[in-house]
Amino acid sequence: MSERGGAPGGAREEILARMRRALEGASEAPPVPREYRRALAPGTDIVAMLVDRLVDYKANVHHGAAAITDALAGARRVAVPVDFPAQWRLGTAEFVEDTALTTEELDAVDAVMTGCAAAVAVSGTIMLDAGEAQGRRALTLVPDHHVVVVRRNQIVGHLAEALPRLDPGAPQTWISGPSATSDIELQRVEGVHGPRRLDVVILDD
Amino acid sequence: MKRVALFITCVNDALFPETPKAVVRILERLGYDVDFPTAQTCCGQMHANSGYRRDAATLARAFDDVFGGYDAIVTPSGSCAAMARDQYPHLTGSAIGQRVHELSEFLIDVAGVEDVGAVFPHTVTYHPTCHGTRALGLGDKPLRLLRAVGGIDLIDLPAADQCCGFGGTFALKNSEVSSAMLADKCANAAGTGAEYLAAADNSCLTHIGGGTSRSGGPRPIHYAEILASTA
Amino acid sequence: MSTDAPAPRGDLVPAASLIPADAPFPKAAKVALGMPQLRANLAHATGTIRAKRAKVAGELDDWERLRDTAAAVKADVQRRLPELAVQFEANATAAGAVVHWARDAAEANAIAARLVREAGADEVVKVKSMATQEIELNEHFEAEGLKAFETDLAELIVQLAEDKPSHILVPAIHYNRTEIRDIFDRRMGDAPAGLTDDPAALAEAARLHLRRRFLSAKAAVSGANFAVAETGSLVVVESEGNGRMCLTMPETLISIVGIEKLLPSFADLEVFMQLLPRSSTGERMNPYTSVWTGVREGDGPQNVHVILLDNGRTGVLADEVGRQALSCIRCSACLNVCPVYERTGGHAYGHVYPGPIGAILAPQLEPGRHDDLPYASSLCGACYEVCPVKINIPEVLVHLRQQGPHAAGERAAMGAAEAVMARPRLWRTALRAARFGAMPWRRKGYMRRLPWPGSKWTVSRNLPVPPKESFRDWWKERDR
Repeated sequence: MSERGGAPGGAREEILARMRRALEGASEAPPVPREYRRALAPGTDIVAMLVDRLVDYKANVHHGAAAITDALAGARRVAVPVDFPAQWRLGTAEFVEDTALTTEELDAVDAVMTGCAAAVAVSGTIMLDAGEAQGRRALTLVPDHHVVVVRRNQIVGHLAEALPRLDPGAPQTWISGPSATSDIELQRVEGVHGPRRLDVVILDD
Repeated sequence: MKRVALFITCVNDALFPETPKAVVRILERLGYDVDFPTAQTCCGQMHANSGYRRDAATLARAFDDVFGGYDAIVTPSGSCAAMARDQYPHLTGSAIGQRVHELSEFLIDVAGVEDVGAVFPHTVTYHPTCHGTRALGLGDKPLRLLRAVGGIDLIDLPAADQCCGFGGTFALKNSEVSSAMLADKCANAAGTGAEYLAAADNSCLTHIGGGTSRSGGPRPIHYAEILASTA
Repeated sequence: MSTDAPAPRGDLVPAASLIPADAPFPKAAKVALGMPQLRANLAHATGTIRAKRAKVAGELDDWERLRDTAAAVKADVQRRLPELAVQFEANATAAGAVVHWARDAAEANAIAARLVREAGADEVVKVKSMATQEIELNEHFEAEGLKAFETDLAELIVQLAEDKPSHILVPAIHYNRTEIRDIFDRRMGDAPAGLTDDPAALAEAARLHLRRRFLSAKAAVSGANFAVAETGSLVVVESEGNGRMCLTMPETLISIVGIEKLLPSFADLEVFMQLLPRSSTGERMNPYTSVWTGVREGDGPQNVHVILLDNGRTGVLADEVGRQALSCIRCSACLNVCPVYERTGGHAYGHVYPGPIGAILAPQLEPGRHDDLPYASSLCGACYEVCPVKINIPEVLVHLRQQGPHAAGERAAMGAAEAVMARPRLWRTALRAARFGAMPWRRKGYMRRLPWPGSKWTVSRNLPVPPKESFRDWWKERDR
């Protein structure tokens, strides 16, 4: 414990003591106002908005399970989590289940296909929390093409509606379009280290 | 008759008598009884913003002594009004700043007029000064008053919201950066082709005018002088 | 530091080597102002990002309410910092992370270096992190024989150029695409032949350069944008996927987190994750956000370490006015709108945190070392207007000026001015004297050249002369 600074006179105790000293006599912080929006205006077409925002960030959007084949765009070997639903494994691709695939094996597939935990319309964000049909983080990171299946009831309008749907203790990845950078003259360029192609298939349920 | 006190500011006291004269004319035209307490000097902003808190507090207390008896204090400076409103509470605990109104605030919010009956048949571009716009939140009040002036031709100033680089002692302590900011402001002002550049603070106008008088460009003018003009 | 095999050295001159980091701001700024390419790059980049930010912030009709909430949450965090830090530690530990505490840079670096060695590694991949810049982790690692590879594109550019970051969000903002192409061409070692200055081609070159390193790295070092006390989670916000690579692929992950990064609850992200991306890159949401809580078996690093860093922060906390600087979420919106930053760039500030936030943070984190920075502002207030957590930067600047030292000559002049202004009769006498003294210039209407310190004004501006008749004379005459 002492190596972590927990011993008396160690870093932990000293930093905590410094904090308390710094706050001596400080008045209570005023209550936090929470007057901001937690949902979009009623009647907003959140599916249309999600599509608009995804396309804006250069993701490809498809509708209906039949379009999964289009989304895979000819990928021959497609990695999927072991619990990926059979009815979504469509087309002629070979579906490689992620039974602890090595990094090299992940790097060698043409695409990865997963579900998601939630999708936020206003920002075009797909959220993964390692739950059903999502797999581990490396699975959706190493392959260069990510196909995400989003069920209609997973789509919410606002970020505040999505967070309660996530498992806060699980590893999460929030994805808004393919990998991008704005580091050169603040100009956005798609495609750096993460999957350079993102396809989203929206299913009505 | 409604009585208001006029705080002319130290800069106008020293350099620009036409601006407070204009304020007197506008207010009297609107039926106000204007008082000029002669013991007034400076709001203390230069001291406060240069780091001389104690000196600033002395001047803030003097301001309170001079203007404490008035319900409304009008000043042709967004910066000095912001000083009283934002900084006096921390410096001396005085709330007198709530009664200090920059001219356009007074005309629009208190007197309830936008058209003060002015005529000014010239091309004018308007620079929204930083303290007036951001610290005081004047918004477009001076511009609304200018739009109502007869015969005026208002031309948009490109990058209007950019600071001219004055910043009080900043212009001396960081003279090179300040000059670079000024050069851009002057170029934008000159590009409008306007005859006049109007603003709500003569300190900023001294700076911009100090530049345009060398590089060419519109003449600086406090917008109060435009509002006071009748021909 | 170079990467891989020695690359051919060209005549690249890093901007930071030209701008004296230890010089007072006005002097360093003067050098930067004399670099036309730097100024053009900065004006172009900050102009672009300003417009983007304004557009996406304008999309939210509750933007001001979000700012109010964020400011209040951060004030609450500061008030409850000891409690929240301990809560974070307990929850992260329960989830399998090891939490360390570091009083200062040296302690944090030593812990990080030891953990890298314990992981059996002699190099790490790094996610862009201001905290590790602040503690100069890369330099410390190099001195210890360890290598730290920056993986964020802009950080990679800066590292290859042997330069220093000049911006919080976009450390290579002072380079344009052609200069970046030249840096890659000469320093990357494995840059593709015939590399063009197309940003997409440059990004592709970075991908190829780093990919093998990502897939084989044993250890990574990151910072964090947020640390959630309620869950013990860390959050990293990024764009390129280099963050995800570093946070996912290695076995060991070391995150160095300033104690001010705490948030009380996971739900607070609904506020901050609206404000941060819109304020920083001007996007509705950044491409990737990673959230992790300790260790998850079979998913990502199995040795997860968090180093909670003080390094001057508790000193800032002790200043009632100044502590709001600890609310900063490093979005850099204040840099992008600052007319001073736009013209000088970041190097002139001589600190890892440049721009308006740096001008209030640096002198507080390192008392006595950056007393010139609170003056590197015209107090125009553009920074406060855009700050997503409503840090009243002008207020803190003025506060720090009032705390800091003053030159004797200036002190005397200010005292004399106060003595006159506090006495109305003396003030009137002084004004009369000035009008009299200005007589020789009256016909001309202005003064063109003044002796020092007035020369600091007349270097670029004329000074009007006092009028013949003052307002007071006019008023007296009228009254009669």
